[in-house]
Amino acid sequence: MKMVIAKQEVRALNGDEAVAYAVKQSDVDVVAAYPITPQTIIVERFSEYVHNGEVDTEFICVESEHSALTACLAASATGTRTFTASGSAGLALMHEILYVTSGCRAPVVMAIVNRALSAPINIHCDHSDSMAERDAGWIQIYVENSQEAYDSVIQAFRIAEHPDILLPTMVMLDAFVLSHTLESVKVLPDDIVRKFVGTRQIPLIKSHKGKLVPFKLDPENPVTMGPLDLYDYYFEHKRQQEDAMQRAPEKIKQIHDEYGKITGRRYGNGLIDPYRLEDADIATICLGSTAGTAKTVVDQLRAKGVKAGLLRLRAYRPFPAQDITKVLENVKAIAVMDRSHSFGAYGGPVFHEVRHTLYDVSTHPQIVNYVYGLGGRDMPQTLIHEIYKELQKILETKRVKKPVQFIGVRE
Amino acid sequence: MTTKQKGWKELPIAGLCWKPSTEYFTGDWRTYKPTLDEEKCTKCLICYINCPDTAIKWKPEDEKIEFDYNFCKGCGICANECPQEAIKMVLE
Repeated sequence: MKMVIAKQEVRALNGDEAVAYAVKQSDVDVVAAYPITPQTIIVERFSEYVHNGEVDTEFICVESEHSALTACLAASATGTRTFTASGSAGLALMHEILYVTSGCRAPVVMAIVNRALSAPINIHCDHSDSMAERDAGWIQIYVENSQEAYDSVIQAFRIAEHPDILLPTMVMLDAFVLSHTLESVKVLPDDIVRKFVGTRQIPLIKSHKGKLVPFKLDPENPVTMGPLDLYDYYFEHKRQQEDAMQRAPEKIKQIHDEYGKITGRRYGNGLIDPYRLEDADIATICLGSTAGTAKTVVDQLRAKGVKAGLLRLRAYRPFPAQDITKVLENVKAIAVMDRSHSFGAYGGPVFHEVRHTLYDVSTHPQIVNYVYGLGGRDMPQTLIHEIYKELQKILETKRVKKPVQFIGVRE
Repeated sequence: MTTKQKGWKELPIAGLCWKPSTEYFTGDWRTYKPTLDEEKCTKCLICYINCPDTAIKWKPEDEKIEFDYNFCKGCGICANECPQEAIKMVLE
């Protein structure tokens, strides 16, 4: 097949602006949002596009994030394409409606600028906000840089609205490190993005009258969404949500690949992004922008002959267990880096799931957890080097002394 | 149950109603069932007025009241209010 690489323009954008630009090009019908640092720029830029008549979008100013998502959910239920953005306390305030949105199978797309949760109040990056919502039935994609934020938001509309999926989708970018840092971002021409996202496809479903009708709120073909659902049917509807999640990985990969053919940019297979893992003995696993720093460390170690690698998880929901197993089964010592913590738990959330995934691997790699970077605490190369040094020790001794550790915190 | 329950593969998604509410027989919830002693009934219609589910039908042409067991939830208000004690609640 002939590769078609579209002509792209390089723009100086920070992560938030890259998201706003992607939304501008994606033919979105409704945006309802409430500002919160460090996500504010997304909505500010987008409101400028609305004001200047550059987009044909209904922009709803609301009084809270709870209302923002409720408005998006309601708009999405009528068959429109909708977008919102939040983070930290704003995302926490949406908590109830996150479940309603996924339960109503409303394919809302949301950008989350990952910020710590209060108290004490902090506006900087960690993943506590979105990790707390990992069970809400949303697809979660974590990005490494602003370019990927732009690319992922465009892909997110296709993923969320795919008739086989119909799950709301969050795209996560790290506060300040990405949201407020200028990068050169390659953007596609408007018409190519428009063609890629297309118009929202509405599947047909059987209504209460036995008639096939479009799956949306439509006075011509009335349906009832989200009614009372007790012990007799609730479980079946939740089982359907899991089924959609199980179908999502294949579609995420396909959509990522289709996009890659247009742009020439790919992030691993769309679910996981392995770096120099093929023959690695030791590896770290992380989400988001930390991967950029870790890649540099891997290169430095490789130059010295250390067989080091890195695995960045791009999709966290659905959790790409099979893909992780495939790339990690021959790695002997693994450090899982968590930028959030579940207080009182045996390590951070990424550690839980990676370690659990690798339980069935017969080679039984040694696994250690590092909780790092809470509240925006920097994760410099020196600390990542420390982690790889510890992994080399584990490789020699075949023993993990302390499975859960906190790094970068003063004693 | 009055109708066969569908599995997750057959149901429309998002909790969408798959049948009209008039076909959702709330009589399924009942534990005690009202029964009428026609000898004692004076057709005063106090039960008919008090039924919260309009599950008591008054048929003037037959001069008879009838329970609609598809929708009677078995609350027992009719039996409690009947001045003639013509309605008895019976365990199903």
